[in-house]
Amino acid sequence: MTIKESEKQIMDQFASFDDWLDKYNLIVEMGKSLPLIDEKYKTDQFIISGCQSKVWLHAVYHDGRIIFTADSDAIITKGIVNLLIQVLSNQTPDDILNEKLEFIEDIGLKEHLSPTRSNGLSSMIKQMKLYAFVFKAKMEKE
Amino acid sequence: MNPSFPIEKIRSDFPILHQQVYKRPLVYFDNAASTQKPRQVIDAIDHYYEHDNCNIHRGVHYLSVKATEAYEETRKEVREFINAGSTNEIIFTKGATESLNLVASSFGRRYLRSGDEVISTIMEHHSNFVPWQQICLERGARFRVAGIRENGALNLDELKSMISEKTRLIALTHVSNVLGTINPVKEIIELAHAYQIPVLIDGAQGVSHLQVDVQDMDCDFYCFSGHKMYAPMGVGVLYGKEKFLEELPPYQLGGEMIKDVYIDHTVFNELPFKFEAGTPNVEGVMGLRAAIRYLKELGMNNIAVYEADLLKYAEQKLSLVEGMRFYGSGPDKASLISFQVGDIHPYDAGTIMDKMGIAVRTGHHCAMPLMDYLKIPGTVRASFAFYNTEEEIDRLYEAILMVIKMFK
Repeated sequence: MTIKESEKQIMDQFASFDDWLDKYNLIVEMGKSLPLIDEKYKTDQFIISGCQSKVWLHAVYHDGRIIFTADSDAIITKGIVNLLIQVLSNQTPDDILNEKLEFIEDIGLKEHLSPTRSNGLSSMIKQMKLYAFVFKAKMEKE
Repeated sequence: MNPSFPIEKIRSDFPILHQQVYKRPLVYFDNAASTQKPRQVIDAIDHYYEHDNCNIHRGVHYLSVKATEAYEETRKEVREFINAGSTNEIIFTKGATESLNLVASSFGRRYLRSGDEVISTIMEHHSNFVPWQQICLERGARFRVAGIRENGALNLDELKSMISEKTRLIALTHVSNVLGTINPVKEIIELAHAYQIPVLIDGAQGVSHLQVDVQDMDCDFYCFSGHKMYAPMGVGVLYGKEKFLEELPPYQLGGEMIKDVYIDHTVFNELPFKFEAGTPNVEGVMGLRAAIRYLKELGMNNIAVYEADLLKYAEQKLSLVEGMRFYGSGPDKASLISFQVGDIHPYDAGTIMDKMGIAVRTGHHCAMPLMDYLKIPGTVRASFAFYNTEEEIDRLYEAILMVIKMFK
């Protein structure tokens, strides 16, 4: 699936909710789903510490695409981590670098990506872009 | 509930409280972070800019004299509010953090030598922890930290056991911003003074809840912020005994703290101006004056009684929640509750409460050493002011039930 297709799928899923409660219940469901990262990567090496919640992010490069896995200790954060992974994982470095993640605003969760929210999400996105940048540079060198 | 406490009238003095957030009436329980401001404080700032605004001190014209008088008049009112011995002991700063940094820096440079010790506690806000930790590192001194008991009370025995001939100062908080614990400061000060050790009290969470009398307490320094006591942000106070303030070197240089400047040396101004460099926050000081007058009118003792009732009600109500864990349940507590429900992450709880119109604070509350000590990532903190009500606590209770429903 392309980034745009994943985004459309998520936006369609959220479009039916008028009430904040339904929307957050969905996020919580997404946050409660299975661990999104191998336990062995939930270490200090892969941590992105927010002031409020922690995020762990791991990336591998395979066949021109980056596979991200991630997790968080807070469920709402983890739900949004899940959305970001759905959109950005298994994509090419170029697509990841160019992605503006406007769908988050569309589904009304933009506040969670604010750096002042200190939940680790804005740093996580920065880190994902950094991985894309590094893998791209590496790929061009080879 | 005390019928003589005019809660409706009081609430009407605070314009910000009468608004809807996410289509629900706002419940503001983040008072330990910053209190809201009564109309009287907001009007005082407006009045200052509409009638009196001018740079203060050394002016010969009408406005400058008027603004200077109002500023210096406030110093007298602050002195009276905390019962300091002299206005020379009242320094205006930009907040408790600056007051604490000022003392740590100036006291450290004047008195701390290699091998000396400073004692603090694990329940300190970073602002009364990091400045001491850092100045100790800089001066080769040892920073020692006393722990707490199970109920969140200070481990007084441990603190006492740390006192020695090496101790140069004890720095501790009057009231913990996380646990609500009111420390037995008078007892600690008496003990420390028996060994000629000065004591600094961080009063950021004390001055809005308790009647503070620095002479009775006999503390050597007392620091607080305006914005946690219904005054504007960016203004605070350092109280220091004159004998110490005379001895300490200035913290920042320039402006009113100067007396004479020569090419090779400078003569500093007298107290209290010696510690007030640059143009001060006059508007903030005007707001602080209005806030002090407001608190005096309500009466600190009346406030304490009303808030104690609120705390008792909240503790009873919230203890009905299954899985509720309180942090801080000592006998002497200010009106705040720190808690966790089951293993629900504070960020999750706070996010949902926000959507229900309730402002609480979540996280480590600028007390990371305490969180490590308790081995938790953070708490949810509901901190009350005298404009809060039992009905609002009922709303908090409902919100907690909703959080449990969503995350269990």
